[in-house]
Amino acid sequence: MATISPSTAEIVRQSGAVPGAEYLLEVANVRKAFPGVLALDDVSFRLKRGHVHALMGENGAGKSTLMKIIAGIYTPDSGSFKLKGQEIKLTSPLDALRYGIAMIHQELNLMNYMTVAENIWIRREPLNGLGFVRHDEMRKRTKALFERLDIPLDPETEVRDLSVANRQMVEIAKAVSYDSDILIMDEPTSALTDREVEHLFKIIRTLKAQDKGIVYITHKMNELFEIADEVSVFRDGRFVGEHRASDVTRDDIIRLMVGREITQMFPKETVPIGEVALSVRGLTLEGRFRDVSFDLRKGEILGFAGLVGSGRSNVAETLFGVTPATSGAVAIDGKEIAIRNPGMAMDAGMAFLTEDRKESGCFLLLDIMANMQIALLRNGHARAGFVREREIERLCQEQKLRLRVRTPDLEEPVINLSGGNQQKVLIARWLMTRPRILILDEPTRGIDVGAKAEIHKLITELAGQGVAVMMISSEMPEVLGMSDRILVMHEGRMTGIVDRKDATQVKIMELASQ
Amino acid sequence: MATDISTAGPTSEAPRAGRRRLPPELSILGVMIGMMLLFEVLGWIFVGQSFIMNPLRLKIMILQEAEIGIIAVGVTQVIISGGIDLSSGSLVGMTAMIAASLAQTAGFTHAIYPSLTGLNPIFPVAAGLVCGLIVGFINGWFIAFTKIPPFIATLGMMVSARGVADWYTNGQPIGNLSDSFAAIGAGWWPVIIFLGIAFVFHIALRYTRYGKFTYAIGANPLAARVSGINVERHIVLVYMLAGLLSGLSGIVHTARAISGQAGVGMGFELDAIAAAVIGGTSLSGGVGRMTGTVIGAVILGVLTSGFTFLNVDAHYQEIIKGGVIVAAVVADQYRQRRRKGA
Repeated sequence: MATISPSTAEIVRQSGAVPGAEYLLEVANVRKAFPGVLALDDVSFRLKRGHVHALMGENGAGKSTLMKIIAGIYTPDSGSFKLKGQEIKLTSPLDALRYGIAMIHQELNLMNYMTVAENIWIRREPLNGLGFVRHDEMRKRTKALFERLDIPLDPETEVRDLSVANRQMVEIAKAVSYDSDILIMDEPTSALTDREVEHLFKIIRTLKAQDKGIVYITHKMNELFEIADEVSVFRDGRFVGEHRASDVTRDDIIRLMVGREITQMFPKETVPIGEVALSVRGLTLEGRFRDVSFDLRKGEILGFAGLVGSGRSNVAETLFGVTPATSGAVAIDGKEIAIRNPGMAMDAGMAFLTEDRKESGCFLLLDIMANMQIALLRNGHARAGFVREREIERLCQEQKLRLRVRTPDLEEPVINLSGGNQQKVLIARWLMTRPRILILDEPTRGIDVGAKAEIHKLITELAGQGVAVMMISSEMPEVLGMSDRILVMHEGRMTGIVDRKDATQVKIMELASQ
Repeated sequence: MATDISTAGPTSEAPRAGRRRLPPELSILGVMIGMMLLFEVLGWIFVGQSFIMNPLRLKIMILQEAEIGIIAVGVTQVIISGGIDLSSGSLVGMTAMIAASLAQTAGFTHAIYPSLTGLNPIFPVAAGLVCGLIVGFINGWFIAFTKIPPFIATLGMMVSARGVADWYTNGQPIGNLSDSFAAIGAGWWPVIIFLGIAFVFHIALRYTRYGKFTYAIGANPLAARVSGINVERHIVLVYMLAGLLSGLSGIVHTARAISGQAGVGMGFELDAIAAAVIGGTSLSGGVGRMTGTVIGAVILGVLTSGFTFLNVDAHYQEIIKGGVIVAAVVADQYRQRRRKGA
C-alpha cells in the first residue's frame, strides 16, 4: 500500500525531540457522544516519553473509548490532539499507525492460518522485483525483531498453534515493528499467567528504555504499581485525576475509580461446611488431564489455581459433560453418575459459568431476557412447549435486581452491555436454575472492581446458602481471598490441595510450577 | 462487608430508559407500501390504469408468492438457527412427482400406479409431507452429526432431490389428477395455507421453547450446548420442519397446476432465502422474524407483478430484482451499524 504520510508528521518524526515536546501525546478537552450516551466528557490525557501511563476505571468509564480515539478508530466530536507538540487530526487506524501510534487490542487481531512472520509484516511484505514476497527476508526481519524484544518464538509457526500469551507477544512485536512511539495496550494480561506477565513486563521495560510511550489499560492493581509511572483515573466518561504511581495507594485508586469506599475486597465469611456434594475420583480426559480427585462439600468454596493451560478449565468442562471423561468416577450426593452432556449435569443440580463470556457464554445478539432464561427452559416453565412468559419475566426481573444488572430494560441486546453486566446476566442464567453445585471459571475476568466485589459477595452468599462452589481463577488474590481450600494443577496433573489457613501466594506458585 | 457498593446504585451506564422500541418490520413494510405506490403512479403514467385497484392482479400476485412463502417460512427458521437450506426448490419438484403419482383420477389407464388411482387426497398429501420430512431429516442429520457446513449438505441434497424427481417418471409429467386433490390449490387456499403456516411458526418462534432454542443455537451454538440444549437433536428438527414445508409447497403447487412436473420449484430456494433476507433475517443466525419474511415474500410478488403490469421485459425484471435483494441487505446492515453506534 502506498504511504501518503502527512508531511508535517514526517518532519516531526525525523527531527526527533522537538523543543518543548516532553510529551509524546497531549489530548485535551475530548468529547465523544454515542446515541444515548456521553462516553467522554471533556477528557484530557498526556503521555510522556519513556513512560508507562496506566488508565484505570470501571468498565464503561471511557478508557477504551479514549484509546480508540487515540488509535484513530473513533473520531472525537471535539477536542485537541497534539503529537510531539504538533497539532494533528486522525481519521483512521492506518493514519494513526503512520503517525507512530499502535494499539494492541484486547481481542487479538491475528490471522490464525498464517505464520507469525506473515502476520507481523502483513501489507508491508518485503517484495522482490516481480512482486513476489521474499519469505527469507521476512523471516530474517522477524528474527531480528524477536531478538530485540527477547521473544523466543519461531517466525514460521502458524498463529493458531500459539498460546494466548504467545499471540500477545506477536501482537506486541507487530506493533513495535511499525516503529511506533506510542503503544496502547488494552488489558494485555487478562489471559496471561503470572510468569507470562513477568515476561510481558520485561518487554515493556525494554520498550521504555527505548524511549517509547506506553498507554496501559488494566483492571489489576498490582500491575499498576509494578509497571506504571503515571496513572490516570476515569469515572463515568470523566477524567478524575492523574497521579504518579508512586504517590498513590491501592485504596486511593479504588476510591477514585468508584467514587465510593470499598472497605473489603474479599468478603469471605466462614460458613458451616456440610456433606460432600460432589466427589471426584481419578477423573481423566486423555490428552488434557489425568487422575484428578477431590471432594467438594456443601457451603465450601474450592479454588482451582494453576497456570493457564494446566487443565483447570478442562476439568470443569468434563465435570459438566461438555467433554465427557475418558475414565474416572463422579458422584453427586453420594450417587455415582456418568455425565455425558451438559443436560445431564444440569439435571443433577450443576451449573457452569464458562471461562469465555463471548465464546461460550453470551448470546450477544439476543436480549437480556433470552440470555437469562435459556438454561431454565430445560426444566419446566413451559406448558405444551409454550414458555410461561410472565413467570419467566418475573424471575428475570428478580435476578436483574438482585445482581444489579445496569440496564434500562430486559429487552436490551447483551452486546450493548459492559463486560461486568454481561457476566452478571450469565450468573443470573445459572442462579435461576437453583444449582446445588456451581462451577465458576474465571468469574471476574475483565470486569471492573465494583462488579467484581458484587460478584464476590454473591459467591460468598451462595456458599452460605449451602451451594458447593468450585471456582477457577488466575488471579491469585481472588483464589486466596475467596477459597476454603485450593486445588492446584500443573500440566494436567493435580499437584496438591492447600487449606485456606496454609495458603500463601508462594506456596500456590510452587505447586503450580513444580 | 462491601455494603457501600450496594447503596451506590447505577452509575457508569446511565439508563436510557423510556425509549420505545419500534418493531423492525416497520421499515420494510414502508418499503413494500412505497413500492406499491410507485407502481400505482407509474401505472397511471405508462399504462393508464391502477395497479392496486385490480383485485385479479393482486390475487395472482399473492398466489404466485404463496408457494415461495411457504418455503420461506421454513427457511427463515433454518437461517435463524444459523443454517441455510438450498434443497427446498428441488424438494418441491420431488414431492410434486410423488404426490401427483398418488393423486390420479380413478380408472385412469395410464396411471403411474394403476392400482392406486382415485385415492382420498389424504394419501398424496401425506406421502408428500413424509417425503419432505425424510429429506429434511437427512439434511439435518448430516449437518448436526457430521458437522459439514449446511451449505454443502443442502447443496448436495438439492442436486440429488432433483435427480429423484427426474428419475421418478424419466422426466414425464404426471397428469389426470383428481378434482379432490386439485381443490387444495384452488381459489385462495394456497394463500390461506401460507398465512396459516406463517402464523403458526411466528407463534412457535416467539413463544415456545422450540423457538427460543432456535434463536439461541443460531446466536451461539456453543453457549446453547453449555446451557443444556441438545443442539444436534434440535438442528435435525429444524431441518425436518423446513423439509415438511417444502413438501407442502410442492403439494400446493401440484394441486394448483393440476399436474406433477419434475422441473418445478427450480430456483424457489433462492427466492425463499431472498424473502427471508429482505424481511430482516440475518444470514449469520440468531436474528429474524416471521412477519418480516411474509412482507419479504410480498415484496418479491409486488416486484414481479408490478413489472409485468408495466410490460417490463422479464430479463430486466430479474436484473432489478437482484438489485433489490442486495439493497435490502445493505440497508439492514447500515441500520444495524447505526444502532450499535460505532
